[in-house]
Amino acid sequence: MSEHSSSPLKTYVVIWIALLFGTALTVIAAHINLGPFNAAVALTIATAKALLVVLFFMHLKGASEKLLKLVVISTVFFLLILLALSMADYGTRLWS
Amino acid sequence: MPDSQTIGSQAIAVHDETHNPALLHHFATEEQQRDASSLGMWIFLSTEVMFFGGLFCAYLIYRLKYFGEFAAASQTLNWQLGTTNTAVLICSSLTVVLAVYAAQHAKRAMLLGSLVLTIILGFAFLGIKAVEYAEKFEKHHVPGPSFQFENVKVPTAPGQPERFANPSHAQIYFALYFVMTGLHALHMIIGIGIFLWLLTIAWKGRLTPEYNTPMEIGGLYWHFVDIVWIYLFPLLYLIDLRK
Repeated sequence: MSEHSSSPLKTYVVIWIALLFGTALTVIAAHINLGPFNAAVALTIATAKALLVVLFFMHLKGASEKLLKLVVISTVFFLLILLALSMADYGTRLWS
Repeated sequence: MPDSQTIGSQAIAVHDETHNPALLHHFATEEQQRDASSLGMWIFLSTEVMFFGGLFCAYLIYRLKYFGEFAAASQTLNWQLGTTNTAVLICSSLTVVLAVYAAQHAKRAMLLGSLVLTIILGFAFLGIKAVEYAEKFEKHHVPGPSFQFENVKVPTAPGQPERFANPSHAQIYFALYFVMTGLHALHMIIGIGIFLWLLTIAWKGRLTPEYNTPMEIGGLYWHFVDIVWIYLFPLLYLIDLRK
């Protein structure tokens, strides 16, 4: 934590503004009918915002412990298994 | 990887001299103790991701199945209040990260101020959520015997025949809405409790640059709850706004 050199406070404010900007962007995008792409755009912006929070606010970027990164990567991996395999099943069923 | 002898001698060296009383005897150094704590927190958060992940999965499956009803039900939400709440949570994440910084740099006034602001923003979020829930009760959009969703047209593509939403399918949307936002709100309540506790120990001067692990871990939890909302907000409020 001590090697946070060039004022971390400035970084925090920049990330905060970026998060508010992302929120405004996702609301504006929702007011345009993009058909099936509305969900894709919204989820992309949400993932970008989540990444900013994890990397800068939760300090994953400067984490000395490599094990933390492994935990985060495996979490995302298992979440994707959950979602991808479930959707591969339900998404290809013929609903009556 | 240091061999066991080095760790042992480090531990003896640390314990021989007067040191931070917060350093527990089974850790060699303060860094090791802090790394262990944050690793434990990250693993807890990964179980929380899987917990909410199951709900997101259920939402995606039912949205796929009852697409029209989910769009119609989603359009009854108040996206203005949802946006306000998103902004409130993002601001609270900033105050949390400022509190962590203040604890690490022994800035007492900044630490106490940031903690108080975080708690206020947490209550603001819950207050706005309460207004939204009250509106659901008034409109009979709460799943259960009094649920009403009659004569609501399903948004359809031009050229397709118009039809009314099936209330029992719309009810699934509102059930998922209440479970997901309700569990998120429960996490917020727990988060406010943690921050009230942090405020008391910060007031007593127990968060120092040498030992501020509770602040750091509490901050990780708060940011996680923020991330859950970052996904809940577009999925529940936004993606079907224009259909």
